Amino acid sequence: MSDTTAGTLGGKPDRLGKQDARNAAREVRARRVRAFLFVMPLLIFIMFAFVAPIASMLFRSAYNPTVAELVPASLEALADWDGEGSPPEAAQAQFALDMKRLANDRTSGQLAEEINRFLPGTSSVVKSTARELRRTDDAELSANGAALLLEADEEWGDPGIWRALRKAGQTYTSSYYLTALDLEMTRDGTIQQRDTQIYLKLYGKTLWMALIITLLTLILGYPLAFHMAHCSTSRANFLMVFVLLPFWTSLLVRTTSWIALLQTNGVVNSTLISLGVTDDPLELLYTQFSTIIAMTHILLPFMVLPLYSVMRGIDPSYMRAAMSMGSRPIPAFLRIYLPMSLPGLSAGALLVFIISVGYYITPALVGGTDGQMISNIIAFHMQQSNNWELAAALGSLLLVLIIALYWLYDRFVGAGNIKLG
Amino acid sequence: MTNTGAGVFLEFNDVKKSYDQKSLVVKGFNIQVEQGEFITLLGPSGSGKTTVLMMLAGFESVTSGTISIRGQSINRTAPYKRNIGMVFQNYALFPHMTVAENLGYPLSVRGMSKPDQKARIAEYLDLVELGDFGKRYPGQLSGGQRQRVALARAMIFEPTLILMDEPLGALDKKLREQMQYEITRLHEQLGFTVIYVTHDQAEALSMSDRIAVFNDGIVQQCAPPAELYERPANAFVAEFIGENNFVHGTVERIEDGRAVVSIPGGANIVAEAGEGLEAGARSIVSIRPEKLFIHPNSHSHDNEIAATFVARIYVGDFIRYYFRLADGSEIVVKVLNDLSAPEFGEGESGRLQWLISDSIAFPHSGEMPDVTG
Repeated sequence: MSDTTAGTLGGKPDRLGKQDARNAAREVRARRVRAFLFVMPLLIFIMFAFVAPIASMLFRSAYNPTVAELVPASLEALADWDGEGSPPEAAQAQFALDMKRLANDRTSGQLAEEINRFLPGTSSVVKSTARELRRTDDAELSANGAALLLEADEEWGDPGIWRALRKAGQTYTSSYYLTALDLEMTRDGTIQQRDTQIYLKLYGKTLWMALIITLLTLILGYPLAFHMAHCSTSRANFLMVFVLLPFWTSLLVRTTSWIALLQTNGVVNSTLISLGVTDDPLELLYTQFSTIIAMTHILLPFMVLPLYSVMRGIDPSYMRAAMSMGSRPIPAFLRIYLPMSLPGLSAGALLVFIISVGYYITPALVGGTDGQMISNIIAFHMQQSNNWELAAALGSLLLVLIIALYWLYDRFVGAGNIKLG
Repeated sequence: MTNTGAGVFLEFNDVKKSYDQKSLVVKGFNIQVEQGEFITLLGPSGSGKTTVLMMLAGFESVTSGTISIRGQSINRTAPYKRNIGMVFQNYALFPHMTVAENLGYPLSVRGMSKPDQKARIAEYLDLVELGDFGKRYPGQLSGGQRQRVALARAMIFEPTLILMDEPLGALDKKLREQMQYEITRLHEQLGFTVIYVTHDQAEALSMSDRIAVFNDGIVQQCAPPAELYERPANAFVAEFIGENNFVHGTVERIEDGRAVVSIPGGANIVAEAGEGLEAGARSIVSIRPEKLFIHPNSHSHDNEIAATFVARIYVGDFIRYYFRLADGSEIVVKVLNDLSAPEFGEGESGRLQWLISDSIAFPHSGEMPDVTG
């Protein structure tokens, strides 16, 4: 007797026969394929538009091949140098040759910029040297390179600029991350703090401002959501229009209207002066204050919407039950209602906090120098200083920071507690 | 139930409620409840019964009239000072607290010490037979278990009055019957007063000392279950409580509290005269389906009418027979499923018989429900 017959007819009626098992498996497979086909377009879109750029950003923050591609021979010659005193003559001569080639290719500017990042002030040294060496004979350069370099600029006698060159020549480097954390590597390889703290302070300020904005939206949004959840549907819908109204106007319009309100001769100042509250106009615009107030306004709906949808689902009988058991309204609210509205509260707070940590346009427009956040400095490095590697390192750290915060949140509040509707 | 010298515990005195300042939802509610009584407010949805309960609990204000407990008006007492336990239809167990924490909540609000709380919680969990469930969350309990916890939580702070707002509405039939028994047992064991709101008349009949039947903001009748069923005060109550047949006719005369009603088809029937019935007026006579008998039978009878057989429906423990009267209205007869259950062919005519004391003639009023079938 075959197994199949034993399986279907014999003592184990619960087991599937071979043919049945195949059919069942095929059905499951078909269902999986169908489900996959449904999400396929989105998956492809996300791969191209989201995963790939982020991966390339992460890669770029540690990968910098520019110098290695510009002067590979010089870097090879410098590899054996111990970093003390002048580099070997041969290496200097090779570099002089490379400089001439770069000058003629008109790429010496790139090299100047890269080296300048590791030793500020050397940009002009590299550029002028390249100009000097452009017409010198190749044979003379190989024979007398070191002297010619020194003749072009006496900086070349300083081992510091050579060290900077060698450092810039590393294809994979952690130096951008160190810079982003206000650290630097000393000559003997230990990591120490920089004299000026720029980025850490900015990260701290960004987190602080995001926290203030989250608290403000919470203070403003919670009572509103509470009221909306407990009034009649028609009134709730009416109020909802006002909550959503900011969503329907352009972000730029809303931000610039804050400029109109807050500027030195703006609505707020002229009102205060005409009321006699102050004689001189207050400095409201281009401060941290203006960034916080404008962002609170813009992000308020992100707090109200999840809160409202969660509160709408809380039956009034819970509060009634608490009061029937003898609890006064405020303790009942704190002990019963607040914990029940926590999913909406944490969803709203997380949403507002994470959005504001990475916010760019509002601080850029109304923030001035005081109200800048980390995104603005990232944008600066991408657009003005052309240091994409540092921008990528700063962006990656921001990503890590947000993931870490989310992890902390999950640890203490529980991500399962998030409820958007 | 008569008011004995023990005194009135809870009293509603001409209580009215309006939500929109135009129409009254509760139009003058009066009731006197004694300590330990089980009172049910029964009525269709929108009849005002839940509003009465909410006013008593303090979640709705009283438009006019007074609600008093032991002679003291509680109209202006805040809900959290009323010391009234409440069981909600959705149980309202706090989902973020364990069963024990839920039960402990009213105790900690009252400042009871932790060890005392623990002992009391254990006692009440045992009372509702959920001794091992203290550490669970409400979400981990079945519907019946949640209902028990809700009951225990309403009783644990020993209120003298417990309100129940359709507490068994979300349970299935079997569980509902079990919980009805449970509530009755606890009520008898602990002796608290219950005001119970439901739209399920079977529930009301099986549990209550007295039932107040609500319709349209007015109490139609407030009486013990048997009286409500046997002697309904008006046609609404007769129709709302249990199943009933209504025969239309005109009152010929009233003698000794009995009305002689002529019905279409020429026959006269005699029934107990309901309140407000006048000679010459149109009337409806109510007869319960189980009080009707199909000729031939061994029961004594006073009235007999001819009717045409329409259908026979087998229900199980009994059989329902549908007959048509001369005026076209249908009448139902419930017969126990035993050997005496007769067989009929379609269109055959039969004779239905009943006692005078099992039928009541009510005046025909506009608000009379649909009486066919």
